[in-house]
Amino acid sequence: MTPASPTVANVDVQLALSLYQQMVLIRRFEESAIELFAKGMITGSTHPCIGQEAIPVGVCSALEPSDFILATYRGHGAALAKGSDPARLMAELLTRSTGCCRGRGGSMHVCDAQKGVLGTNAIVAGHIPMAGGAALASKLRGTREVTVCFFGDGAACEGETFETLNMAALWKLPLLFVCENNGYAISVTVSQSQSTPDIADRARGFEIPSWIVDGNDPLAVRDAALQALTHMRSGGGPAFLECKTVRWERHSAFSSGKYANPEEAQRWKTVDPIPRLAAALRDAGIGDAELEARTTAAASGVVEAVRFALDSPQPAAESVFDGIFAEGD
Amino acid sequence: MSQAIGEALREEMRRQPELTLLGQDIGSYGGTFGVYRGLFDEFGSERVRDGPLCESATVGFGIGLAIRGVRCVVEIEFIDFATLALDQIVNQAAKIHYFYGGQLTVPLVVRTPIVSRIGMGPQHAQSLEAWFMHIPGLKVAIPSNGYDAKGLLKTALRDNNPVVFIENVSLYNSKAEVPEEEYFIPFGASRKLREGSDVTLVAISGTVPDALAAASLLAGEGISVEVVDPRTLAPLDTAGIADSLRKTHRMVITHDAYRTCGVAAEIAQRMMESAFDYLDAPITRVTGLDVPIPSGPLHRSVVPDRDKIASAIRSLVN
Repeated sequence: MTPASPTVANVDVQLALSLYQQMVLIRRFEESAIELFAKGMITGSTHPCIGQEAIPVGVCSALEPSDFILATYRGHGAALAKGSDPARLMAELLTRSTGCCRGRGGSMHVCDAQKGVLGTNAIVAGHIPMAGGAALASKLRGTREVTVCFFGDGAACEGETFETLNMAALWKLPLLFVCENNGYAISVTVSQSQSTPDIADRARGFEIPSWIVDGNDPLAVRDAALQALTHMRSGGGPAFLECKTVRWERHSAFSSGKYANPEEAQRWKTVDPIPRLAAALRDAGIGDAELEARTTAAASGVVEAVRFALDSPQPAAESVFDGIFAEGD
Repeated sequence: MSQAIGEALREEMRRQPELTLLGQDIGSYGGTFGVYRGLFDEFGSERVRDGPLCESATVGFGIGLAIRGVRCVVEIEFIDFATLALDQIVNQAAKIHYFYGGQLTVPLVVRTPIVSRIGMGPQHAQSLEAWFMHIPGLKVAIPSNGYDAKGLLKTALRDNNPVVFIENVSLYNSKAEVPEEEYFIPFGASRKLREGSDVTLVAISGTVPDALAAASLLAGEGISVEVVDPRTLAPLDTAGIADSLRKTHRMVITHDAYRTCGVAAEIAQRMMESAFDYLDAPITRVTGLDVPIPSGPLHRSVVPDRDKIASAIRSLVN
């Protein structure tokens, strides 16, 4: 079933345009990362979130700057949507010394503490309890900010996810679980891995309010996130969003194999969040020139980011021992 | 020793208003081994926080607090259960500061007891300290008496890095002079528990009382044993231990942990690298046996004791 098209009737058109531009930025950023990987400029691998841009963009548009996010190795979009500088992020993907993590983390471990990005993580579900602890810190301090934890359908099966759902519900923590259900854990499909049709069913078992949304519609994601945040900021405890999306690309640029039949891959194009939002914006009276200008601005930002990264040096070999431990107390 | 650990926690909780303890049975129950007695009454359920039995998420929550600047102590009730939290300790806590380029710090202490000497069976008896010493990014303390335990824990609670703090339950009731005034023991400084000239006996955690007893026994036989406790394994006081070896020219290392890839192997290799020319004999290990540790009295044949240590030293010296 093709979901209903997004409509911008109920939101500020300028906001919708901004979401559009962010999605294009993330798309171009990830396409550039794949190109750079193919040229041997990115070591190891890189895990693009192409096709899934609507989720981080929709969720982060509902957040305040003081809120925190933690995400997965497929988390470049989340970091960008939370406000990370594309240049320093791209430099990190290329492990340059100007990267946000000084070139130590690479594609899967990025962090931007000043923007509230408390890290992306390469252990499936490893960041989920940490997100719980970050939310507990807010609760102990009595402060307003919330923590958002992005994770995939694969992580939904890990024990730490259940442990954290339990603790977050028990302690009524301001923690938003955002499941990016893209249908695959490397090659294993959700039909092979999930015992119930919806991952959000897990939240119900812990009496955590949940929403299932079209994860390819940033406005729908934003709307659900705003409802969840209202619940959380009023002291209601955690909330859970399951965002149904698709993974267009292979698991990672390094991975082999094809996971979808051609008809399925063709269907994905019909739910691509970028043209869908463009169509909605046109319906709301935005002209092609404005959309083109937004696309150009996003694309040139990525070109600049790539140039900055390529112009930056790799960390010096003798720095390899630096920073194992923090100084002072 | 358990009281000294509780005092260190109490002092630092009074000084650091956000310092939070997470674990199971640490609240009004006072801890499985009574270490937390009185803390719940003084600091309440928010800061002395009992939670569900899930080691992995409990450590993960501790890391999450720590990266937000809330210093945290997580207890894992037996070190054997650290197996359930290894991802959080090894892949997360140890690496976060490094791979995020120093943006986040992890002021976290994971306290965990070894229960190697009371025969609780193979899943409640292991000495797994070498696992943590193996991981860059972790500090590892393993005190053998109340004085050291308090001073080391105070230091750990002022450190901005993850510390695995390992306590042997067999030492909890041991007595030591603990000063009234505040003191700190730096990591990476071994302690000479007994002066000697014929052999250096490096003893770790629960083996220390037996090591001292063996040294006393051998003194009556005319063998002078210097007993050195590393106190921390990461960092390890390689230079201090080597200094002792340069004086005595012989070394025996003892610990309860399994022999293969145990801490003794690492210390012996470091001595070869730093003081090989001073060795008059090969370095000897008196360790736990490479077997699952059985329940009941049979467990005593697995761990070192005074006589096994003394026997190894006699063979080395004579």
